[in-house]
Amino acid sequence: MKNFEMLKNDLSAKFGTDQFQFITTPVGDDVIECPKESVPAVLQYLKEYAHFNFLMDVCGVDYPARAKRFDVVYHLFSTKESRRLRVKTQLAEGEAVGSATSIWKGADWFEREAFDMFGILFSGHPNLRKILTHHQFVGHPLRKDYEADAQQACDSVLPIHFDNTPEQRGDLLDNRFVPINIGPSHPAMHGTLRVMAELDGETVIRANCEIGYLHRCFEKMAETHPYNQVIPYTDRLNYCSAPMNNVGYCKAVERLMGVEIPARAQAMRVVLCELSRIIDHTISVGTGGLDLGALTSFFHLFTYREKVYTLFEKLCGARLTVSMTRVGGMAQDAPDGWFESVLKFCDEVSDGIEEISQLLIGNKIFIKRTQGVCAVSKEDAIAWGYTGPLLRASGVNLDLRRSNSYYGYDKLDFDIPVGASGDIYDRYLVRVEEMRQSVRIIRQVIKTMPSGDYTIRDKNIVLPEKKDVYGNIEGLMNHFMLVIKGLRPPVGEIYDATEAANGELGFYLVSDGSANPYRLKVRPPCFAIYQSFAEVVKGSMLADAIATIASMNVIAGELDR
Amino acid sequence: MSEKNSVDDMSRSFALTTKLDALVAWGQRNSLWPLPYGTACCGIELMSVMGPKYDLARFGAEVVRFSPRQSDLLLVAGTITEKMAPILVRIYQQMLEPKYVLSMGACASSGGFYRAYHVTQGCDKVIPVDVYVPGCPPTPEAVLDGVMTLQKMIKDHTPRPWRDNWVSPYEKPVASLQPGVTL
Repeated sequence: MKNFEMLKNDLSAKFGTDQFQFITTPVGDDVIECPKESVPAVLQYLKEYAHFNFLMDVCGVDYPARAKRFDVVYHLFSTKESRRLRVKTQLAEGEAVGSATSIWKGADWFEREAFDMFGILFSGHPNLRKILTHHQFVGHPLRKDYEADAQQACDSVLPIHFDNTPEQRGDLLDNRFVPINIGPSHPAMHGTLRVMAELDGETVIRANCEIGYLHRCFEKMAETHPYNQVIPYTDRLNYCSAPMNNVGYCKAVERLMGVEIPARAQAMRVVLCELSRIIDHTISVGTGGLDLGALTSFFHLFTYREKVYTLFEKLCGARLTVSMTRVGGMAQDAPDGWFESVLKFCDEVSDGIEEISQLLIGNKIFIKRTQGVCAVSKEDAIAWGYTGPLLRASGVNLDLRRSNSYYGYDKLDFDIPVGASGDIYDRYLVRVEEMRQSVRIIRQVIKTMPSGDYTIRDKNIVLPEKKDVYGNIEGLMNHFMLVIKGLRPPVGEIYDATEAANGELGFYLVSDGSANPYRLKVRPPCFAIYQSFAEVVKGSMLADAIATIASMNVIAGELDR
Repeated sequence: MSEKNSVDDMSRSFALTTKLDALVAWGQRNSLWPLPYGTACCGIELMSVMGPKYDLARFGAEVVRFSPRQSDLLLVAGTITEKMAPILVRIYQQMLEPKYVLSMGACASSGGFYRAYHVTQGCDKVIPVDVYVPGCPPTPEAVLDGVMTLQKMIKDHTPRPWRDNWVSPYEKPVASLQPGVTL
């Protein structure tokens, strides 16, 4: 790519890049490999002069046979050019790489996670503690020499603690303030979140989040299962909109294998994605109202969720965790009349959205409780790595469906709502408008639903249909071979992202040519968003902090994985 | 070890034992106050159970309480991780007698398909479970069936040795317990 060449020249002029490697992978990802000493300076340069304003993810990869066993991988994104870049460096055990927290605030939790999972050290990180595993956990579970099922019991609860950043008091409590602990079992904590705070009256002096109470080892499970068996695990990442995770994962594997899925499969995936976007937002808006005391909106919106469950049940038999995609297409075609029932649902939910709009968004109490509360500026949102509705509520017009279009989204007519102030009210406005736009998208896609096959028919990728397996010897043989040998993408790596309901859902997949992924890193949208919580609610009222957590729509399954 | 059921104690000292038992059981089973301990996907499906279509209120388990002191049915809905287990035990201990536990879904019952380093292989490793509901996640109908099964157990005074013999796993010495660390 021309731009990558230019970047190469710029970097050589600036850094003297004898030890750098510039690689464009076969799937078209741009990668810079550089020595660990140059990493912070290179990242700083890329941010300031090459328009890579987003740090999407930081993660590790373990190669135990290598002298320098760890790869540290930074995923950058440029909104200006809608382009991605990967920066990689190698580290030996016990070595440290400079922290990126001073360049992007959002590097904080990602680096802590890499430390927790691999033991990778980041020098200059203000608070390099465990993040996902419990405090008595010994070892680093994502290293290849850690057994996937080696459980370690935990027998105590972590006391209230705070970040040890230099300007803070750390874990010392100040007796002028009241320390409180909310969660992980608390109605406002949406599952398993835990917030610790110090209060002066009702004002939050400082807060800290403890996560990992739902760390179900998704990434380790992915390494121990064949590619298609990972799909049910992806369902349980963001369980409010399970089909989107299926689609994101399969899209990454397919791109790595160089597979183009049939038009009908693409259209079906779009319909599924938009249906799940609607039901995800119903949960978010509904429980958001619930946390502010508006119970009606929750029950009302749940009716529509139930209707989508019925549609999913018709399609595949499952209500919540559908596992409807396969690498290469869909698991099966839609039954007769399914698309008509989806259109009927679209009419119903359109009315419902208008009702909610009047009940909640036009409600004076709701407006007073949310407008101007805990606003996040455009700059802060980018620095934290916000994506999705929250980023757009802060006024950044970024939607991967438009900027890095896939599955024919570029041919569809839909609007991207953008907020102005980034406060809680704007977040709900954006979500409600997105539901309307999703309805528009579904109607257009179904109108032009292509006929044809719902999956590719490559015998090395997709299992033959049951009638062939039982009906002829070739089908039986292909089935046997694929089950025994497994689906094997070529050696290589890929980062692929889709616009999920909460923002950019990225999958970084490393394949060593075997039947299981070598490494699968999920870039969950709410992980980046939730890390800003402590700073966003500082100085606000406790009740506003609860409203903020609801508006962030943090899904523990995706946050903790 | 455990406190005796005070209502039962009292009832035994009266002459109308069986009648009173039946009356108390009737009251208990038709006014279960659940604490929804929803941690994961099952928690979302539990919302459906409580929601307008399936409506658990029809079975008398309408009053959802988030305080363990006010509830008598612990609905464990979702994966319990090693990090969460001590908290689950503390919540269970805070509930007043008589108390029941319903384990919803594969993860809560056995760890499900997470045979993994950070997942407790079933919440019955740490608390006594009365009813297991299979599924990943179970359909709301299955959860309703689980609640009805529990109601039948209460009605029949089914013996619950798992509950009577239960001791907190953190009160006996554990190999990995660090010196000075208590729950």
